[in-house]
Amino acid sequence: MADAEYVIEMLNITKEFPGIKANDNVTLQLKKGEIHALLGENGAGKSTLMSVLFGLYQAEEGVIKKNGEPVRILNPNDANALSIGMVHQHFKLVECFSVLDNIILGAEPARLGVIQRHEAREKVLQLSKKYALRVEPDALIEDISVGMQQRVEILKMLYRDNEILIFDEPTAVLTPQEIKELMEIMRGFTREGKSILFITHKLQEIMDVSDRVTVLRRGKCVGTVNTSETTVEALSAMMVGRPVNLKVEKADTKPGGVVLGVANLTVPSRLHKNNAVKNISFNVRAGEIVCLAGIEGNGQNELIYALSGLEKQSAGTITLCGRDISTASIRERSRCGMSHIPADRHKYGLVLDYTLEQNMVLQRYREPEFQKNGFIQFDTVRKYSDRLIAQYDVRSGQGSSTVVRAMSGGNQQKAIVAREIDKNPELLVAVQPTRGLDVGAIEYIHRQLVAQRDAGKAILLVSLELDEVMNVSDRILVMYEGELVGEFDPRTTTTDELGLYMAGAKRRALEEKGDAT
Amino acid sequence: MKKTKSPRLGGGNGLLTIGASFVCILIGLAFGFLFLMALSWINNPGSSFGFIVSRAWRYGFKPIIMGGFYLPPISIGQEIAAAAPLIMTGLSVGFAFKTGLFNIGAAGQYTLGAFGALYCAIILGLPWWACLIGASLFGAAWGAIPGIFKAYLNIHEVISSIMFNWIGLYAVNTIMYGGGTGPMYDASKTKTWNLRSLYPDSVIPDLGLGVFFKNRSTTIAIFLAIAVALVIAVVISRTTFGYELRACGYNRSAAKYAGISEKKSIILSMLISGALAGFGAGLYYLSAVAEWRPMESTALPAVGFNGIAVALLASSNPIGIIFSALFISHITIGGSLMNSQYFPPEIADIISGIIIYLCAFALLFQTMLSGRGRKKNAPPESPPASEPPAEDGEVPGKEANE
Repeated sequence: MADAEYVIEMLNITKEFPGIKANDNVTLQLKKGEIHALLGENGAGKSTLMSVLFGLYQAEEGVIKKNGEPVRILNPNDANALSIGMVHQHFKLVECFSVLDNIILGAEPARLGVIQRHEAREKVLQLSKKYALRVEPDALIEDISVGMQQRVEILKMLYRDNEILIFDEPTAVLTPQEIKELMEIMRGFTREGKSILFITHKLQEIMDVSDRVTVLRRGKCVGTVNTSETTVEALSAMMVGRPVNLKVEKADTKPGGVVLGVANLTVPSRLHKNNAVKNISFNVRAGEIVCLAGIEGNGQNELIYALSGLEKQSAGTITLCGRDISTASIRERSRCGMSHIPADRHKYGLVLDYTLEQNMVLQRYREPEFQKNGFIQFDTVRKYSDRLIAQYDVRSGQGSSTVVRAMSGGNQQKAIVAREIDKNPELLVAVQPTRGLDVGAIEYIHRQLVAQRDAGKAILLVSLELDEVMNVSDRILVMYEGELVGEFDPRTTTTDELGLYMAGAKRRALEEKGDAT
Repeated sequence: MKKTKSPRLGGGNGLLTIGASFVCILIGLAFGFLFLMALSWINNPGSSFGFIVSRAWRYGFKPIIMGGFYLPPISIGQEIAAAAPLIMTGLSVGFAFKTGLFNIGAAGQYTLGAFGALYCAIILGLPWWACLIGASLFGAAWGAIPGIFKAYLNIHEVISSIMFNWIGLYAVNTIMYGGGTGPMYDASKTKTWNLRSLYPDSVIPDLGLGVFFKNRSTTIAIFLAIAVALVIAVVISRTTFGYELRACGYNRSAAKYAGISEKKSIILSMLISGALAGFGAGLYYLSAVAEWRPMESTALPAVGFNGIAVALLASSNPIGIIFSALFISHITIGGSLMNSQYFPPEIADIISGIIIYLCAFALLFQTMLSGRGRKKNAPPESPPASEPPAEDGEVPGKEANE
């Protein structure tokens, strides 16, 4: 009798990978017409569980039931046949196809092998109107915004008449306004009787939109609770296994002299003909955390590449501690006191096939301390690495000699943070230092950033997470389409206001130099 | 070929790698024996199983696995002489693998090295050690060109070095032949001048090895090759220079982020790789094993491509390369000692071919041998990483045989 209540049941699912149980006896029951959140740290097994449901993996043990009937889902087509659809965290779209073609891809209405686009268009437009999912059917994916790409993904599920919708971290790329819109759309689906599984690590969103939450920790199911009966604090404690301080503790700041000066910086884009960074000027002073906020792809990466020397700017000057470093090499910038926690830790931050100790000296192996006549001094490297590991609590299988590839994302990031902070820089450039990390690690890294600030260092933080922006920074610069469109004090602004600037709906001149129009 | 593949080829550690290589060799030999049995049976249909096995063993397999020891001491000398250049081309390819590059141009660099060695000997009349340096310089130049193309124009080194193989071969042939009257060309013998009789100073000394092995071409070349392998081993694993080159090979972006000039590293890697191959050619031609035949050399020297096999079999470990080169040389010599009435010497090539193919799977064996415990610390949300890298490794082996 209880069977009828649940549209999907995943009972006692166990999925093992060599050396690890990604899911250990996990049970998840989805009621018809509910929004069910799946919460967990990185590596807790959320994605694995959803992949099992979507037919990408087969569980070793456990049963999946639909409407009380056991089913076997061997591949995504099976899942689709059971009306299960999924919006992946990284969209699965063909960039050079139109919106319409992407929606019908794999389910093309065809007559004698000829695609009936007209029929498809009607259906898509109808769905688009019904659920207020604005899309342009003939636009190419590469030309449309991330928000619209997500709507295309959602339409893909609707086009296939899916009844069970899985959203994997859907809000990561959206502005606050877009997030609100998405929540509204999700609620609309449930009114239609569709059921939603919502994977996220943002607690506030769970509180806002979900009916029930299942929490995973280290592959095990910690429990399922009704959202109305829980709190953000209780959920984070369930997720991490201990109480977490979500609020960043910091005193007011007394900024000192200018450490980083950027004047009229212009950086060309690799992707398109326009400049990615357009004539930007700003300062970062000692003892303050300046946060560069904005939606992904508005020139933040290019700006940081130019600052760190990875890309060349086409105009403008960069000064560090009064020294012009506009044309300095990466190594010189590092020696002048710049540390850089890169956004992409796998691409830039680490040599994954090197050991932890080799990565700890990635920029410093040439210093006299670590080499003699061109020969690396393995003893001093080992000692140095062991000290950093102990001091910054970097966890790994075999300590200094662990191959970094085998470490968890959080500990990889901690290793980078340890390395960059221990260089004792004047300027710390941190780009999304907490992306993809669990609450515990985020708390830790935020504390480190504030500690550096209190030690009189200048910190430039680039973040896409508005919570982080509001919590950590002393000053906020909003970047939109390669320009700085506003400067804010986190104590007097709101996320909604920032969102409007981030989306380009509003802009105002900067106080400092007025270069951004 | 994926750009991310090469670093893995250079990876691996200790016993595991050796174990995997031995698995390859054993399977290769087993296939070879089956092949010999099949040939025996084809030639003598209807004969008993015992006869087939004994013939395959006596006239085929025994000489192969005994190699040079089948006919000591001459063959041992030959085996050692042939191993020296093979170690060098193996190092050439292996060094490039270690730094994330696939140097399929070892054959061309070897060809240029041969030219350099003979030019220094015949035209300049230099002593043997100077000729070796000359050979290395020519090889280095030929290796550096694809490196420059890769660093500045982002042209894949495999494409350009294959082209430079052929450009090198025909350029060398044309210059040496010189319309039949080239100063390096002995028209009466249709090959370059014999070094031992005309330019004895340019021949690498043998310090009595030639007498010991009753084989004049066995010189101290093998010791020079081993010495170079040791130097390369130290440079790769213990120096800041090796650290930079490997970092660049594993992850070009991270190397750049760390302040390493990745363009310089790529060019230097290819340059050193080319110098190693060129040095190998020097060791061969300055041992006066053979002369260059400009009119007949229309195929690239096989030792250049066998270097790929040698490097793969040793997982690019410089010390391992010494042994894998000796092994390949061993079975090649063994192949030539088979009773050619029953078995063609190419059987040895087939066996080494099978082993080379299996080498591509060496990484798979390695993964299998290493078992499950290895991934203990891997984040569980990235399970696709557990797919074996074998498919990546397979490709170089295929290209090698083209």
